[in-house]
Amino acid sequence: MLSVLALTSVVLLGIVSQTTAIVVYTSWEKHALVGTDVRLSCSFFSWQWTSPDVTFSWQYRADGAKEGISIFHFAGGAPYQDSKGPFRDRLEFVGNPSRRDGSILIKNVDFGDNGTFTCDAKNPPDIAGHPSSVRLLVFEKVPVQAGVITGAIIGVVLGLLILIVAIYYLMRFLVARRVFSLSMSKHGKKGKGKEGSQQKQASAVMDPAKLKAAASEKKKQESRREKK
Amino acid sequence: MLVLLLGIVILHVAALVLLLVSTIFSAWVVNPNSSSDLWNNCTTINNVDRCDSADTGVWIQAVQALMILSIIFSFIALVLFFCQLFTLQKGGRFFITGAFQIFASLFVMSGAIIYTVMNTMWVPETLWFYGFSYVLAWVAFPLAFISGLIYVILRKRE
Repeated sequence: MLSVLALTSVVLLGIVSQTTAIVVYTSWEKHALVGTDVRLSCSFFSWQWTSPDVTFSWQYRADGAKEGISIFHFAGGAPYQDSKGPFRDRLEFVGNPSRRDGSILIKNVDFGDNGTFTCDAKNPPDIAGHPSSVRLLVFEKVPVQAGVITGAIIGVVLGLLILIVAIYYLMRFLVARRVFSLSMSKHGKKGKGKEGSQQKQASAVMDPAKLKAAASEKKKQESRREKK
Repeated sequence: MLVLLLGIVILHVAALVLLLVSTIFSAWVVNPNSSSDLWNNCTTINNVDRCDSADTGVWIQAVQALMILSIIFSFIALVLFFCQLFTLQKGGRFFITGAFQIFASLFVMSGAIIYTVMNTMWVPETLWFYGFSYVLAWVAFPLAFISGLIYVILRKRE
């Protein structure tokens, strides 16, 4: 009963979303330095297969301008560019339509390029959806974003703290295990005699750290004997 | 002993509250119609309050980070104190608690010093005074430091 319900709900969901929408994704804001190239990415999500007739169109609205202009259109497998506007020879299509990627590259950005870029994608027959916008902000030098350094300092100090605590417990664990294994090997000597010591030697050869430990242990024993 | 413990807890909580208040309240720098703290610059023009987010320079972010760190460390110290109160053997000292509390006091001190030295970079050049948050931050420093020292000196008794 439950599974049937789940199945129907999935089917219903599928039908509903098939009828509804294509969802276009861009980033929210893009920061760029003067004179660099900036990639404005645009992709979409749709329940349909990627159609060969997929189209992408980019519009640009400068800050303060009332209306946007169309600067780029991709349709029928070929990119088309605006041959007059501000981006006439500075724009390049770098997306991959078969992978639902309609990104463009704007070369040599300048302060005049500050504005909103709107990407719209259609994946016939899935055409109902809202365009998505990304705001381009051009800077002379990258500004420090609020909270980045605050977060970094707090993160580093707390990270160090956690690291120190972790190392402390690790050391304690290792020391405890060494003491434990030493006491075990002592008991082993009493019981098994030569076998135990041979095993110990073999393991000591394998592991240089244990070798040192064994050596120091031997020294201790010797010193104890001398005292006696 | 109980009185001593109660006293030191009160001292600790007082330092923590002072740290919180001084970090949150917008009164590091005040003048008759504007005030600013680590997060906001607020001005009152014609009885209308207007707050902008603070400058995002490097140094003010360092002050923000140090204040938050000192709150965190002081809080950890308080938690550790109650842990150690029940786990420590008789005659032991509250070393870890004290260390955290002293770290907290050093953080707030560094934050306040940086604010004092570097505030010309984000405070507008008009007539202003240091506000109560700034004073509280400076008061919190000796409180936290003293309570940290007491933790280190204090021996646990029954």
